[in-house]
Amino acid sequence: MLDTLAKRLLQSIPVLIGVLVLGFLLVQLSPGDPARVFAGAMAPPEVVEQIREKMGLDRSLWTQFWGYVERVMHGDLGRSFISNKTVTSELLAAIVPTMELMIACLIWSIPLGIGMGTLAAVWRGSLVDRAVMAFSVAGVSLPIFFICLLLIQWFGVKWQLFPFIGRGGPLWTVEGLRHIALPALSLGLIFIGPVARMTRSSVLEVLRLDHVRTARSKGLNESQVILRHGLRNALIPVVTLVGLQAGYLLGGAVVTETVFSYPGIGRLSVGAILSADYPLAQGCILVLALAFIIINMIVDILYAILDPRVQKR
Amino acid sequence: MTALLTVSDLQVGFQDRGRIMRAVDGVSLSVDRGRTLGVVGESGCGKSVTSLAIMGLVPQPPGVIQGGEITFDGKNLLALPPKEMRALRGGRIGMIFQEPMTSLNPVYTCGEQINETLRAHGMSAPDKARARAIELLDLVGLPSPAKRIDDYPHQLSGGQRQRVMIAIALANDPDLLIADEPTTALDVTIQAQILQLMKDLQNRTGMAILLVTHDLGVVAETCDDVVVMYAGLVVERASTASLYSDPQHPYTIGLMAAVPRITAKAERLDTIDGTLPPPWVQIPGCRFAPRCPLATDKCRAEQPPMREITPGHQVACWFAPIDERITTP
Ligand SMILES: Nc1ncnc2c1ncn2[C@@H]1O[C@H](COP(=O)(O)OP(=O)(O)OP(=O)(O)O)[C@@H](O)[C@H]1O
Ligand SMILES: [Mg+2]
Repeated sequence: MLDTLAKRLLQSIPVLIGVLVLGFLLVQLSPGDPARVFAGAMAPPEVVEQIREKMGLDRSLWTQFWGYVERVMHGDLGRSFISNKTVTSELLAAIVPTMELMIACLIWSIPLGIGMGTLAAVWRGSLVDRAVMAFSVAGVSLPIFFICLLLIQWFGVKWQLFPFIGRGGPLWTVEGLRHIALPALSLGLIFIGPVARMTRSSVLEVLRLDHVRTARSKGLNESQVILRHGLRNALIPVVTLVGLQAGYLLGGAVVTETVFSYPGIGRLSVGAILSADYPLAQGCILVLALAFIIINMIVDILYAILDPRVQKR
Repeated sequence: MTALLTVSDLQVGFQDRGRIMRAVDGVSLSVDRGRTLGVVGESGCGKSVTSLAIMGLVPQPPGVIQGGEITFDGKNLLALPPKEMRALRGGRIGMIFQEPMTSLNPVYTCGEQINETLRAHGMSAPDKARARAIELLDLVGLPSPAKRIDDYPHQLSGGQRQRVMIAIALANDPDLLIADEPTTALDVTIQAQILQLMKDLQNRTGMAILLVTHDLGVVAETCDDVVVMYAGLVVERASTASLYSDPQHPYTIGLMAAVPRITAKAERLDTIDGTLPPPWVQIPGCRFAPRCPLATDKCRAEQPPMREITPGHQVACWFAPIDERITTP
């Protein structure tokens, strides 16, 4: 298992290099002029020139890239053009809220999705099955911003159950929970559908296998057969597929955070891109890529835990 | 005296796009304690479906038990409440399946899979269950059982997995062991070992064995009585000795001719000309008629009933008792 992880780490190095290159090129290729943005629209050309020189933007592309990589290696991601705080501190402040959002979303949507998918598989063709499938199709096809708006309209405005702007504090406080409820609900709603569908098809497939018949021949009752021999084995592909959906989830987080003015990485990225705050945008892209790599590693670990055939090879 | 297991006139069908095909169409057989009954017939004739029906494991749907009776130790299994049926499964009736490579769950160790059946039948203390599991693995001849018990199925060979499967089936000292082609997927030497093992265990515990096989060579070595099935029907029933010395049904005779020399690896019994009719084809007369060298118009029109030719030897053929000379050209 350590082998797998080490291999994964090595494999992620090219990905990280790619992200660095992309983040760097982003600044070079974008239509605006970073020095002009930094100086402000009203600054006289001499000042802009000065700033360009100070930022090293007049040097060759290669020198600039190398300098950038060197700084990133030292943990220096530069300063935000807008707030003038270091990018690292901006990112650190946004990571915790986003992680809280992910946890608050996954903690209910994954178990519920798996439960719904299992029930749908066991009662295949029944009303329950059709309801679950309809629900997941709806969850997949409704755009997430629309779900956010619906939730805001009902839970926020009409019934005034939950606040829908900003973050109320850490997750373990009452206000924190109240504020995260709607973002976590909308993000979870789009995630439940795919999880339920994957679980359903996976459980259906596993329940047809020979070893399930063996389990029955041992005199186990139906719930033991379905949970211990059906669902347990079905989780192996589900975990993989959930990992593949990580990008989907991160993308959803960008929208959710923006709609709910939730101060996480997603909203930070959108803000940075819209205001041409290049150092911050580069930092955000780096963090999102890292998140992707980490999620995939967690998936690998889970996979090895769930499937003994992986470990021993 | 009533036998431990009696199946009478069992009919099992499978729904398929609106119509029902009969996979098993009136099978009767019985086994007694300490005896081994062989069930032979070519692929698709309904052997596995019959065994699964006894275990109450025919997948429903698409399967439907359409008629007949299965009596085990005086109880009608087809009418048994699910809970009592579960208590029998893996308890007094154990089953070994045809596919050793896929019959075990890949995510649990052998020990866990044996423990499960022990626990389902009342042995709850973990250390006692583990000791029993090691004892069982030793019994079925798995080398260094105390170590292998924590192996996952993928770490074992096909023959070793089948031994673990036998250990599971035997875990709760069953009165009846149903072995559905326990050795077909294994190579010849392992085959002989596994069969010997089953016989030894039978001598020790006095259990009854229902042995399903393609292989008449296996029957000759292990069974006391034989039932020959063709297209969902029993066509001949006899003691092994009587069947071999005096086969009556042209199908059985064909099977015998198809048996290669005992030493060679047994082949599949498909050396009779033609193939099994598909289950949805309605044949008014004898089902074997289309392939039978002796078939007459009567055979094609009317289904022959089971008749007793000599004591204990029954056959469903209009020609029986048959003269050996007619059939061997
Ligand atoms: N789950 C099922 N659904 C539909 N048809 C089935 C099912 N199981 C068995 N059958 C049909 O029942 C018939 C008898 O099958 P069975 O498995 O009993 O044959 P068998 O004698 O065990 O053959 P083999 O020697 O190949 O194991 C076949 O025609 C098969 O297609
Ligand atoms: Mg079979």
